Amino acid sequence: MAFVSETEIRNLQKRHRKSRLFRRLCAGITWLSIALLAVLLIRIGMDGIGWLDWQFLNSFPSRFPSRAGIKSALVGTLWMSVLVAVISIPIGVSAALYLEEFAGRGRLARFIELNIANLSGVPSIVYGILGLAIFVRFFMLERSLISGALTMSLLILPTIIIASREAIRTVPQSIRYAALSLGATRWQTTWSHVLPASFPGIMTGVILALSRAIGETAPLIMIGALSFVAFLPQGPMDSFTALPIQIYNWVSRPQPEFHELAAAGIIVLLVVLLLMNAAAIYIRNKTERRLK
Amino acid sequence: MTDTSMHAGEGTVIRKTQRRWGESFIQGWLKACAGISIFTTAAIVILLVVESLGFFQNVSPIEFFFGTRWVPLLEPSSYGVLPLLWGTMLVTVGAAVIAIPTGLASAVYLSEYASDRVRRWAKPLLELLAGIPTVVYGYFALTFVTPMLKVILPDIQVFNALSAAIVVGIMILPTIATLSDNALRAVPVSLRQAAYALGATSYEVTTRVVVPAGLSGIMASFLLAISRAIGETMAVTIAAGQTPNLSLSMLESIQTMTAYIVQVSLGDTPSGGIAYQTLFAVGMVLFAITLIINIISQWILSRFREVYD
Repeated sequence: MAFVSETEIRNLQKRHRKSRLFRRLCAGITWLSIALLAVLLIRIGMDGIGWLDWQFLNSFPSRFPSRAGIKSALVGTLWMSVLVAVISIPIGVSAALYLEEFAGRGRLARFIELNIANLSGVPSIVYGILGLAIFVRFFMLERSLISGALTMSLLILPTIIIASREAIRTVPQSIRYAALSLGATRWQTTWSHVLPASFPGIMTGVILALSRAIGETAPLIMIGALSFVAFLPQGPMDSFTALPIQIYNWVSRPQPEFHELAAAGIIVLLVVLLLMNAAAIYIRNKTERRLK
Repeated sequence: MTDTSMHAGEGTVIRKTQRRWGESFIQGWLKACAGISIFTTAAIVILLVVESLGFFQNVSPIEFFFGTRWVPLLEPSSYGVLPLLWGTMLVTVGAAVIAIPTGLASAVYLSEYASDRVRRWAKPLLELLAGIPTVVYGYFALTFVTPMLKVILPDIQVFNALSAAIVVGIMILPTIATLSDNALRAVPVSLRQAAYALGATSYEVTTRVVVPAGLSGIMASFLLAISRAIGETMAVTIAAGQTPNLSLSMLESIQTMTAYIVQVSLGDTPSGGIAYQTLFAVGMVLFAITLIINIISQWILSRFREVYD
């Protein structure tokens, strides 16, 4: 019979109390962080909802808060996301296909991988400096939509490549062997088997990367997106503004009315991001079903 | 008979070579796309170094790296980068003090305590915090955090380092939480079971077995989050102000490196002047610091990773 003394029992109880306290602390901190998200969203909703009407969506910026709107910013953001998608998706997916299907484990492939890993950690404002010097000044594309789109594409390429590679890697090797054994070339195998099988995963990664591009502000300020644009861009060479730029412009004014306008703009921006993410989930679910 | 078979043979040969040509063309395109990453890195490095060298022909490196006054846009000008570095450091350290304990605690909760159902909800919600655009955090800091702080600290300025540090801390918390959670979950269950079998409580298992075993991943997540805080731009530009100084107080307006770069690019800076060159000099310091931190973080991951099978 083991004999357990009073002090040992008390010691054990103390250790278990400590353990329970630790568990509650960790849980509390986690839920507190999530509660912060709720506070942030509710606060912005309360500030901005009063300004959110058709007039706000369909007006150009103005010196008078009551007449100001985000039409040009919203259209600029839509232009921007289409251009960035057209530029970055083919390049990013191609690069991922090269690294996964063709490159092998040579020195070049490892060097490219290292580059991509480091590029994904470069602050976005540094891409802004790059865009300013290369696209705006050197290629003389001026402060245009295309300058912004090229800069943003460089910024999100590492994200697209990393996400696409992960999606491609989940394609079972047996599918490749099946195609190759029937006499398909490597590209035929890649194009008609690997790519369709990894499509849902790639789309999810791409849309998440694009939503990052839509929310990015600093690189666009660097390449000189304007904050007061009372016209709609007609083509990729036109100057433009975008939602986050317009929001920044309103936030940096001292009058509280403009802060409320900024909150309304933030609601629009968050709704756009939410729609994109919903689209990502929808596309993923739909294509996954079709493949199975 | 022989004739036709020869023709068929030739036809196959021709089609085969055509297909190979197309194949190698496509492979060339794929390779070029992957190569863009090398060109981007090269372009960033060459651009920053060349333009900074131009800057250092006008301003001595000693003044730049050790000067304590940053007045680049007004006469008499002075180009000491230390106030900007100090501003960045204040915000980063503040953010790290907030985000490291809370992020790690969240990671411990998610990986050690939360049920699968809770986890499926809590983790994406935490990640949402990372998906919110930074300009939104700037708004939050200016219109919510600072007024709240003013209730406790009446001396606080409208623009201050503290509110910027708080929102940057919220912003980098999910990075620490998700990456550390991954690291903790990679620790095999058998280690936990062994510790429980020896009579350890869950607190002891977590702090003495699981966290030490996942330490390389946890440290890497800290470094990655810190490098994000250093490069963070819009929230600090909006909330921390435009006043480069070496103040010890977090209640005053400061300026970070990133906020300075935004300030210059908002003005109409003519290309080629010293003010324009400061963009690249400050950008180079920023790039070098974040690159070094990222490399250390990758090194820790590969060098100290505990592999269990």
